[in-house]
Amino acid sequence: MTQLDFSFLTWDVLVSFVSKGLWFSLQLTFSAMVGGIVLGTLLALMRLSGKWWLEKPAAIYVDTLRSIPLVMVILWFYLLLPFATGALGWSNFAPETTALITFTLFEATYYSEIMRAGIQSVSKGQVFAGYALGMNYKQTMGLVVLPQAFRNMLPVLLTQTIVLFQDTSLVYAIGAYDLLKGFVSAGSNFNRPMETYLVAALVYLVICFSLSMLVRRLQKKIAIIR
Amino acid sequence: MASWDWQLYCTDMVTAEVAPKCFGAPGYDTYLDAMMRGWGWTMFVSILGLLVALVAGSLIGVLRTAPNKKLALLGEAWTELFRNIPLIVQLFVWYHVIPRLFPVLDLPPSVLVVIAIGLFTSARVAEQVKAGILTLPKGQRYAGQALGMTLPQTYRYVLLPMAFRIVIPPLTSESMNIVKNSAVAFAVSIPDLAQFSLQASEQSSFVQIFLPVTILYFVSAYAINRVAKVIEWYVRVPGILGAK
Repeated sequence: MTQLDFSFLTWDVLVSFVSKGLWFSLQLTFSAMVGGIVLGTLLALMRLSGKWWLEKPAAIYVDTLRSIPLVMVILWFYLLLPFATGALGWSNFAPETTALITFTLFEATYYSEIMRAGIQSVSKGQVFAGYALGMNYKQTMGLVVLPQAFRNMLPVLLTQTIVLFQDTSLVYAIGAYDLLKGFVSAGSNFNRPMETYLVAALVYLVICFSLSMLVRRLQKKIAIIR
Repeated sequence: MASWDWQLYCTDMVTAEVAPKCFGAPGYDTYLDAMMRGWGWTMFVSILGLLVALVAGSLIGVLRTAPNKKLALLGEAWTELFRNIPLIVQLFVWYHVIPRLFPVLDLPPSVLVVIAIGLFTSARVAEQVKAGILTLPKGQRYAGQALGMTLPQTYRYVLLPMAFRIVIPPLTSESMNIVKNSAVAFAVSIPDLAQFSLQASEQSSFVQIFLPVTILYFVSAYAINRVAKVIEWYVRVPGILGAK
């Protein structure tokens, strides 16, 4: 049996190897969440618009991305993006930039399903009330339906964000420097890979577990108001 | 993007010679051979992982509804542990750490990957099974016990037969997820579809490799969906759960 030795993982080592990766993982999670919710809400509105030329493209986009493994999506985007923007003379992407674009576009499909359920959970009477007050579609959606849908779905949106945070570790496939990569490079540098894998698992566990506890609390708070 | 050249799939991966047969030509290892082998690995890992996930997940799901507080807590801890660590990190731990810490578990990589993906998914299955059991009216449990059944008998003959039928739809999407999640196994050099697409696209146009691979993933997940729908239809109970 091999002995574990965590003594090399001093504060300085953590700061120099891991903090940069943790920062990128958080940045990636946050921007993909914001961008994903905005784009996802648009997709949800398209799918509920009742116009086939809006519904169909949104449905195809969401269903296609959701049925492909995320690893494949990441690789597709990594190789396709330089082609797609090559005409603009913009073809050199850092893996980190690709990751930002990919996760926003990919997670939007998951957020859109949540927002779709959220919009459908708002009772029809609310929409009628909006129209009765003389509001148009845009006002009814923006001022009456979406705020309630968003509130109802807040715990689910945040739970999806925790999943998103875990998913960001898959940027390993294109070599972006995230939290996991930080630990992996510390491990190979000090020739102690086993310890760093264990600590990485522990760090993810602590972060995700505390976040899900917070979401559970929030859920209880919101449940009383409704 | 280079032009399409589908003959690529009939050429040998090393010598770049065109094989007499695209698939299974003796003495050649064509791209098609390698892709089919990768697909086999993907399905092997997915299906065995699914079996592990269903067995472990059901057990843990049942534990979480047990009246014994300690057992329920054990179930909760299991679920949180396997749900809150990214799959790729769990794979690394199973592949790089566990065999060296516990020489008993020095198993072939494919087995370790099946365990890793299976236990990762078991947390999600446990969540569904628990929810399924909790949606049943409390009276069912009491009725079983009032008839003199022991607790295991109540679960076996009263609660689980209904709970499993209720959770088939969410378990179906979990089964499709496991095919998608199995792609992460490329990270520990399992020669699955994802690994094949990475290696093969180094030597040729990536679209030509990625497109068939993506379609294969799509088809595999869809096939599992169909099988689950057949099972759902086969075990339906007349009069409830939307069965006709």
